[in-house]
Amino acid sequence: MSGTFVGMPAFPVAAREAVHDATLRGNLRHATHTIRAKRARAVGELSDWARLREAGRRIKDHTLRHLDRYLVQLEESVTAAGGTVHWAADAAEANRIVTALVKATGESEVVKVKSMATQEIGLNEALEAEGVRAYETDLAELIVQLGKDRPSHILVPAIHRNRGEIRDVFVREMGAWGRPAPEGLTDAPAELAEAARLHLREKFLRAKVGVCGANFMVAETGTLVVVESEGNGRMCLTLPETLIAVAGIEKVVPSWRDLEVFLQTLPRSSTAERMNPYTSTWTGTADEDGPRAFHLVLLDNGRTDALADRVGRQALRCIRCSACLNVCPVYERAGGHAYGSVYPGPIGAVLSPQLRGTASEIDASLPYASSLCGACYEVCPVAIDIPEVLVHLRERVAQGGPAVREGNRVVLRPARGHAAERAAMRAAGWVFARPRALRAGQRLASRTRRLHPRTLPGPGRAWSGARDLPAVPVEPFRDWWQRTRGGKDGGR
Amino acid sequence: MRVALFLTCVNDTLYPDTGRAVVALLSRLGVDVDFPMGQTCCGQAHYNTGYRHEAEPLARHFADVFRGYDAIVTPSGSCGAMVRELYPRMGERARAEGRGDSLAAALAPVVHRTYELTEFLVDVLGVTDVGACYPHRVTYHPTCHGLRGLGLGDRPRRLLEAVRGLELVELPGADECCGFGGTFALKNAEVSAAMGADKVRNAESTGAEVLCAADNSCLMHIGGTMSRLRTGMRPVHIAEILASTQEEAAA
Ligand code: SF4
Repeated sequence: MSGTFVGMPAFPVAAREAVHDATLRGNLRHATHTIRAKRARAVGELSDWARLREAGRRIKDHTLRHLDRYLVQLEESVTAAGGTVHWAADAAEANRIVTALVKATGESEVVKVKSMATQEIGLNEALEAEGVRAYETDLAELIVQLGKDRPSHILVPAIHRNRGEIRDVFVREMGAWGRPAPEGLTDAPAELAEAARLHLREKFLRAKVGVCGANFMVAETGTLVVVESEGNGRMCLTLPETLIAVAGIEKVVPSWRDLEVFLQTLPRSSTAERMNPYTSTWTGTADEDGPRAFHLVLLDNGRTDALADRVGRQALRCIRCSACLNVCPVYERAGGHAYGSVYPGPIGAVLSPQLRGTASEIDASLPYASSLCGACYEVCPVAIDIPEVLVHLRERVAQGGPAVREGNRVVLRPARGHAAERAAMRAAGWVFARPRALRAGQRLASRTRRLHPRTLPGPGRAWSGARDLPAVPVEPFRDWWQRTRGGKDGGR
Repeated sequence: MRVALFLTCVNDTLYPDTGRAVVALLSRLGVDVDFPMGQTCCGQAHYNTGYRHEAEPLARHFADVFRGYDAIVTPSGSCGAMVRELYPRMGERARAEGRGDSLAAALAPVVHRTYELTEFLVDVLGVTDVGACYPHRVTYHPTCHGLRGLGLGDRPRRLLEAVRGLELVELPGADECCGFGGTFALKNAEVSAAMGADKVRNAESTGAEVLCAADNSCLMHIGGTMSRLRTGMRPVHIAEILASTQEEAAA
């Protein structure tokens, strides 16, 4: 397993391995079904859930509509509170900014709070290349980092690993990164957690620089909010002298009042808790308490392009709860790695092709990685109609059309490999516009029915590899209708 | 009330028995149903595969064919959802693209007159006991577009519960997708097949002879998987169960 998503094959190819891996399927099935049921219970407790969901959608839509204004307000508030704001157009620029900030402190290591934005830009690798070591402190991120693995879930990046595998990773790798795993470590959850705690403790106490993301940024006051379950985040946010936050520009909300909604919907959707065990908020810097220097890197990296798209922009409402992953039947069977991004599952399938474009094989295949069953939309706490965006992106892949890339209006050409499909759709459209042509085709199929096999060769194997074909009837319905005048002339 | 049967292209071509069952059922309930011969396809496959522009003429054709009816009844949750949910969306998109209101106006008359079969029975005709007899053990799979798109809720279940002789058994994981998903079944065949196999195993675990649903597209996938896995179970469209009567059951 390599630590990068670059050059991933198309989704169906990438999913193949996971589909046939019984252990992985079992792990994922167990984990997703457990959290799925818990979420349903936690959400069911609130009689005003539908209204909270609608409020969350509206707050996000309003903020995105006026993003320019709220971002400038945020910058002013953060600056007034003693912080420094940096703007990064893409991943490379964000990485350059953070690396320079770390180097300016003279340090060569940082502790990290779990953050999707820093995973998205590949910050750890960029720091590594400049001789700075980044230590992940979230338990699941630590497992992924030590195992030189890739994350496969937004909330539980090591969801594809079972306890035995985690024990082996700890025993094998911890020594190279710091305090080794205790002698005779077993795969008991309490022992594994204790091993991680001991391993991390020395890093917390030593670190001078912390790197984090943000769940929310309050424009009005310049306050950043991080929610978590383990308490490692609280340590990283308070102990170091310098704190650097990297956050997507869509994480801003206008005011503290808006948090009332999201601090209810996020924990119930993600961990099925009524409240997050740790909710850290900080505003700039304060004398004699917490970090002395605070930097906020605001990351675009394709977000403005997505914002320009009338249908696709709703994906920017995402609060990264991962509820959509946990209910997705495709995610459950294909696993997170097949999505070729730190954003797997349904949200990844609509976000990656917008942030990165649809030029690569994997990104062009993601909009099709769904049966459009709608379970994701149903659970999403900000009501992102993921099936709608998927279909919209399919249109972009198959037909091309206008889009915004890197801030420029472009007209995309249809992706390669869709020519046969396009021709088939046109032909079907022609037939369906002509009832008589349809009838001729149906009759031909019925007359030759004895010749039809139950399995198909060539591309038809995609169907008949796993399922038998239905038998073609003696006559289509319309012939029966006409022959019997709807059963009035002699029944069936 | 002028009632039209919108059978769908898949049912017309491959499942005429479902169409005959709808006609028999509605006739028994005193509804004189018409089958407009001009009907073809609602455009769902085109739309969902990313060919919205190719779907537009099909939607217009649909509206032309069905405009004059008070109710348009379809034995397909997904085609019903196409007309009710996605036709208005197609109209909005055309407007947003600067092509005016003509598509939205053309489609509007058919949107709210289209009913999935179980909706028509329960909401419009106001019946749950349709006088059917079907002495078999049956499990019901609510298809995604019926469940989450149209919000069919417990209508199918209420109809099935009123069928004489029918023993309805709970399907574990009922609200999980069967894995059909139109072109998904071909483009992501392996994931689709894995979902289908899980659905079939859940169905088998109920001990039912019949898996019932309100959409033959899903049943084609589930049934094809059943016969490949040699389960001995049968897929049956809900219309065919509701159309069955005492005489047929005895025969
Ligand atoms: S898309 Fe919705 S359900 Fe999925 S992670 Fe984002 S907020 Fe949660």
